[in-house]
Amino acid sequence: MDVIGEILQRTAEDAEKYKPITVEKHLDLEYDLGTLLAVDNNDFDLAKLRRNQNDYFLNLTRENTQLLINKIWELPTERVEEAIVTKLPPQKTVLPRMKPVPKPKPLTKWQQFAKDKGIQKKKKTKLSWDEQLQKWVPLYGFKRAKTEKEKNWLLEVPGNSDPMEDQFAKKVEAKSERVAKNELQRLRNIAKARKISVPRVGVINPDASSAKELQAAVTVAKASTASLGKFQEKLPKEKEARGISELVPGGTRKRKLPPVPATVEKKENLAIVDSILNKRPKLDIESAIAKQISNSHVSSNHNENSGSKSYGKGQKANKSKGAKKPKGAKGQRKGKGGGRKRR
Amino acid sequence: MSVLQRVVKPTTRKGKKVLLKKEPQLIEESKRALFLYGRKASEKVRNLVKDLYDFKKPDALKLSRKHDITVFENAKPVEDFCKKFESSLFLLGSHSKKRPDNVVLGRTFNYNLLDMIELFVEHYEGMSEFTGPKILLGTKPCLIFNGPLWEQNTELKQLKSLFIDFFHRETVDNIRLQGIEHTISFNATADGKIHLRSYKIMLKKSGQRTPRVELEEIGPRVDFRLRRSKLPDEDLMREACRKPKELKVTKKKNISADDLGNVHGRIHIGKQNIDKIQTRKMKGLKKTAAERKAEKTKVLRAINANEIVQTG
Repeated sequence: MDVIGEILQRTAEDAEKYKPITVEKHLDLEYDLGTLLAVDNNDFDLAKLRRNQNDYFLNLTRENTQLLINKIWELPTERVEEAIVTKLPPQKTVLPRMKPVPKPKPLTKWQQFAKDKGIQKKKKTKLSWDEQLQKWVPLYGFKRAKTEKEKNWLLEVPGNSDPMEDQFAKKVEAKSERVAKNELQRLRNIAKARKISVPRVGVINPDASSAKELQAAVTVAKASTASLGKFQEKLPKEKEARGISELVPGGTRKRKLPPVPATVEKKENLAIVDSILNKRPKLDIESAIAKQISNSHVSSNHNENSGSKSYGKGQKANKSKGAKKPKGAKGQRKGKGGGRKRR
Repeated sequence: MSVLQRVVKPTTRKGKKVLLKKEPQLIEESKRALFLYGRKASEKVRNLVKDLYDFKKPDALKLSRKHDITVFENAKPVEDFCKKFESSLFLLGSHSKKRPDNVVLGRTFNYNLLDMIELFVEHYEGMSEFTGPKILLGTKPCLIFNGPLWEQNTELKQLKSLFIDFFHRETVDNIRLQGIEHTISFNATADGKIHLRSYKIMLKKSGQRTPRVELEEIGPRVDFRLRRSKLPDEDLMREACRKPKELKVTKKKNISADDLGNVHGRIHIGKQNIDKIQTRKMKGLKKTAAERKAEKTKVLRAINANEIVQTG
């Protein structure tokens, strides 16, 4: 008992040596330890305030800082390189941001397509071994142009092209066209992201345009008359360009379906393959018998009918080969019998 | 790297970096403050601006020239400066016959003025007038707000938010305990004055783990009085205070913690298949030698078939 009493006495003496760290408050403070903030809503002691303002504020702030420090010292601490560090809780005070919350970046047309299709970007190494030059060649960037020059010091003239044509100039031209196309697509993507409608470009460059683009240009030009191209003559075998319904007035528009996801596409294709592989010849006994009978009937009556059928021959020659002869209600009917005629 | 939504591409890598840094960020850095003078500034105001600039220093910029700006009439020039110098907070010191010793404290959101409060500097004693200890540059101060008025008056409420924004420096996760050495107190008294005091904290022994706090004033000592104010638009404020979805803490299901700091998880296991469990060993249920052999060959055959498929 003596020992305990001694210890208690000693601690009491020790405590007397130091000033206290406890503070009495009428109302508790509001703390935000994340911002090291304390708000004291107690009324000021007006008598003390009037007597000596600065001393009163010093004392009041000391008390409140003591309370705040007491709270901070209660938090868990750890040692980081000779310094004692405490982990602060998240900030409670809501402060306005400097700039708005970043919006997710809109995908480019290709990114969207790749996402729908499940196409993943393949990582390419920057350097690759070139057999011809016998050295490592960069895919792009520094020293790429130089190696290209070394490699293509001689160019083959394609067999079906004009022998006097400058193949080097052609190559440079093609490259600049590709760059321009890329730039155009970049701008189009920006416009799409900002929801600006951009007019469609018809034919970009007549020298570099493909047959498809020329076809589109012809179709658009034809439709640009007062009668929307109704009385324009057609060349034999001329086809109308597709996918330009926005440019041609009065054209029928096909609804553009979204790209099918890769998994669905695969499933559909497998279903088709399955249906083909599992196919067995159908044997309809009734119709087979009927056919057999009619065949034998026709062969016996062949001579009588040959004269009477000849009248249709002239017309037949005009018709295209692929067209089928009407079956005269003898053909195999799909689905249920009867009902509306579907064409 | 995200795509810059710009028609004109940055020509240099560095230019691109700068532009990317200017784009809205998910987690923002500490706000920069811009200090500038109006048409005229008294010595009192100039010293105050300089002292507050010293407090805010790594994240601050002071324009030394005078500008023909009356921010309450036209906030555009200040907004433009804030955009130019990428800063969100501003402090404009000015002096005129109508409003002597004037200081405007404000902030912008997305380069548009959010709110501002005009203060009259009634009494000022600068940092140079206080001899004694100094504090390190860039320490995070403790902020103490005294008086019930900070909660009651709407303008003071806004001023409190502004002061916190201005002085709190940056949001931190960890803090070195010995590094807490500065406290700023804001006292709003009933006679309409706001007393700003700044002290250095001295941590003394207390015989316990928590130290005893002693303060020593390091200045500046300022008494403000409210003048005009522009409170924020409610919608704009809500937009500005929006927390990003990515930073919101979502509660994870079936994980809990107890008071001892242990984490408990609840796991769901599917229904057990008790139909095929053999509970008792019996001779009758044993597989015969022939059955065992058949099973073995079946497994082997399956493995062989697999190998063939892989190699072929």
